[in-house]
Amino acid sequence: MRFLNRSAGRISRHRRAPLAGVLVLMFGLLMTGGLYSAFSPNAQAETAVTSAEDIQKGKELFLVGCAFCHGKNGEGVLTQRGTQYGPALTDVGAASVHFQVDTGRMPMAQPGQQAIRKPSVYSDEEILQLAAFVDSLGTGPAIPSEQAYTLPDDMTDDERQEAITRGGQIFLTNCTACHNFDGSGGAMPRGGFAPTIRGVDPIHIYEALLTGPQSMPSFSDGNLTPDEKRDVIAYLQNTESKPNYGGFGLGAGGPGGRGGLCWGVGIGALVGFAIWIAAHTTRTNRTKPAAAGTDQTGASA
Amino acid sequence: MSIDTSKVADSNRGTAATTAKPAKVGAVANWADERLGLGTAMKKNLRKVFPDHWSFMLGEIALWSFVVLLLTGVFLTLWFVPSMGEIEYHGSYDPLRGVGMSEAMASTLHLSFDVRGGLLMRQMHHWAAMIFIASMMVHMMRVYFTGAFRKPRELNWVIGCLLLFLGTVEGFTGYSLPDDLLSGTGVRAADGFMKASPVVGSYMSFFLFGGEFPGESIIPRLYTIHVLLIPGLILALIAAHMLLLVYHKHTQWPGPGRTEENVVGYPMLPVYMAKAGGFFFIVFGVIAVMGGLLTLNPVWKFGPYDPTKVTAGSQPDWYMGWPDGLLRIIPGWESVIFGYTISWNILLPVLVMPIVMLIVLILLPFIEAWITGDKREHHLLQRPRNAPTRTAVMVALMTFYGLSWIAGGNDIIAIKLHLSINQITYFLRGAVFIGPIIAFIITRRWCISLQRHDREKLLHGYETGIIMRSPEGAYSERHLPISDTAAYTLTARERETVYSPESDTDANGVAAPGTRLNRLRSRLSTLMYADNVQKPTAAEIEEAHHHAEHDAPALPAGKSGHGTNGEDFKGIHH
Repeated sequence: MRFLNRSAGRISRHRRAPLAGVLVLMFGLLMTGGLYSAFSPNAQAETAVTSAEDIQKGKELFLVGCAFCHGKNGEGVLTQRGTQYGPALTDVGAASVHFQVDTGRMPMAQPGQQAIRKPSVYSDEEILQLAAFVDSLGTGPAIPSEQAYTLPDDMTDDERQEAITRGGQIFLTNCTACHNFDGSGGAMPRGGFAPTIRGVDPIHIYEALLTGPQSMPSFSDGNLTPDEKRDVIAYLQNTESKPNYGGFGLGAGGPGGRGGLCWGVGIGALVGFAIWIAAHTTRTNRTKPAAAGTDQTGASA
Repeated sequence: MSIDTSKVADSNRGTAATTAKPAKVGAVANWADERLGLGTAMKKNLRKVFPDHWSFMLGEIALWSFVVLLLTGVFLTLWFVPSMGEIEYHGSYDPLRGVGMSEAMASTLHLSFDVRGGLLMRQMHHWAAMIFIASMMVHMMRVYFTGAFRKPRELNWVIGCLLLFLGTVEGFTGYSLPDDLLSGTGVRAADGFMKASPVVGSYMSFFLFGGEFPGESIIPRLYTIHVLLIPGLILALIAAHMLLLVYHKHTQWPGPGRTEENVVGYPMLPVYMAKAGGFFFIVFGVIAVMGGLLTLNPVWKFGPYDPTKVTAGSQPDWYMGWPDGLLRIIPGWESVIFGYTISWNILLPVLVMPIVMLIVLILLPFIEAWITGDKREHHLLQRPRNAPTRTAVMVALMTFYGLSWIAGGNDIIAIKLHLSINQITYFLRGAVFIGPIIAFIITRRWCISLQRHDREKLLHGYETGIIMRSPEGAYSERHLPISDTAAYTLTARERETVYSPESDTDANGVAAPGTRLNRLRSRLSTLMYADNVQKPTAAEIEEAHHHAEHDAPALPAGKSGHGTNGEDFKGIHH
């Protein structure tokens, strides 16, 4: 506690003490972390009450980044042929906005079969403001709180395990048909695809289940209860943290990818060894008579 | 000068000469020989000569991977429970604990997580199976491309085809045993295929499954087929295959000193004992490395089979990929006859095509023998270029196979290459028909060009890469004659004749019997041989060499080989 001594001279004397650097570093970290948590909007997200000011700011952002396709009031835009250019956002809710914008899918870089995941162009605060604005247009699910997608701390180990097992069965029944048993994704018609759900934030998985983005069906709370959604996420996190028991997973390309490996690695290596064995013929200590002519074709080597 | 005469008998009296006491190994060998007669059997075979070439070892990969299959398979049977009895899983893998599953699935999980080395053995067994079938195919292509299937080896070709077929069925039954989600999906598909057969479909399905799918008997039944019936058949056929190999003697590449009557190579003992024995350990090693490093069939992630579940990326093992691919791209053709639906879209790709492909493969040697009318024995191999049409036929078949195989992975390709799965399907619908035709034409012309190149080498020598400028200013490349060995090897092939039927009609204008067939044979013979480049005659070679010598004086002595010092060369080819 000598560090707190106000005597500048004594601090100066101790500034080269062995632990001084560590203490300064810790002080700096505590200050940064404390200030960040004090000012970061994310920390307030769950308790944030959307204010009129948020909605107003969200509207300004919306008019710049979203209105071109979704209409100035989120009413949607039709093409001249009557097909949808940008769907109406009047009843999608805040969860949908948070999912689409936070994963970078919206705004789209260009019209296409499917919105692609990319780094988000908005800050967390701006996303919440956008969500607040869209939420104000109609009904729709709110952004889930952290308790919704994490197993409660007061669960016993057995309960936790049961939840994970239950989540796995729900996952295999409802999700693998498109997202693959490993959650690595699958093909959909006409260039669409079910994206990988490995390495995706739990909140985004929960929001996707809730809102059913793009080709995905929405799993309402009547369909999959909030607890069941939570269990699916718990299963995914549990299996993601497990090692690859069988060795390299190689993107879980399915048995087809394994066939390529069988030919490329297995047969490739073995034919290579066969050539090597055939190239090394018997050895003898006896000096051989000079080879009678070389064989240009190599066919009878 | 003195000669040691102590060992020479100097009288007919005294004790009989005795041999020295045999070594221990010799004593054992003698003991066995006197009781089993091994000596006589081994005397000939231990020194049996086999020719040496890397391509002759491809079949060995299949043989050794089959041995690995037997070894690992026996290990797996010690723990695997082939039963569909339903139990609750309580093993080491947490996420499935408490889930109801069949004993087959539970014991597979037990093997993977609770038996030491079990997962390695499972993965080795599966990798070995994939390599077994792949190496059989590579071996088969080698045999076909080099003409090794010709008389007297046609029946061995047929045995090989049956082995390929049995290997595929064996692989499919093994794939189905663990009763995980993927294998169950495969069995469900097989059930659908069976039910698609007209009239008898449902009966066959009920017969195999012992009632409605899935029933409770399919796993035990597949188990018996997988560990007893088919391995027994495969073993018997492998034995026949290898006995015939020994009986026919191995084919060899042509070259000086190699004829249809001899085999030039090394003896079984010690050379091939070491080479083949060593190769076994290499094959075992490669499979062990793959089994240890590369995940195959992670059943714990699939979970137990449940007809309500399916996963994206469901595919059979690679060797079933091509019928699956055809199944994926065929349009949804169905017709209703007397109220019964005939599903052509399932019937054609899965039930008809594999059988057609097998029959075509089996018949290939017989079709060729019929076209050529060749009844002689062939022990010298042909280079693929010297049978352009034959080579092109196999390449066309391979192209068809490959395109169908690609179709079987259309979803994976769509994701990885960001393509539309629909467009891939439309493209392949045409490509499976057009691709083989293009491949046939290109391969055939390519072979003929290579033949022409060989002929050039024989007549005008090889290209030295040395450009000469004549006093008039013309440039020409210097050619030098190839070595006698190379020339012999290039010319060690027969001159082919196109079959043309005798007169179709007799003097009275009556068509001869079998005329139509003969005409077909003639047309096929023309396709096979008419465009081929035949080897030059002795007179043509004489003429060409004379021409070269006339143009320029003979090369100085000692430079007739492969000298590259341009200043010494006098031979010019225009």
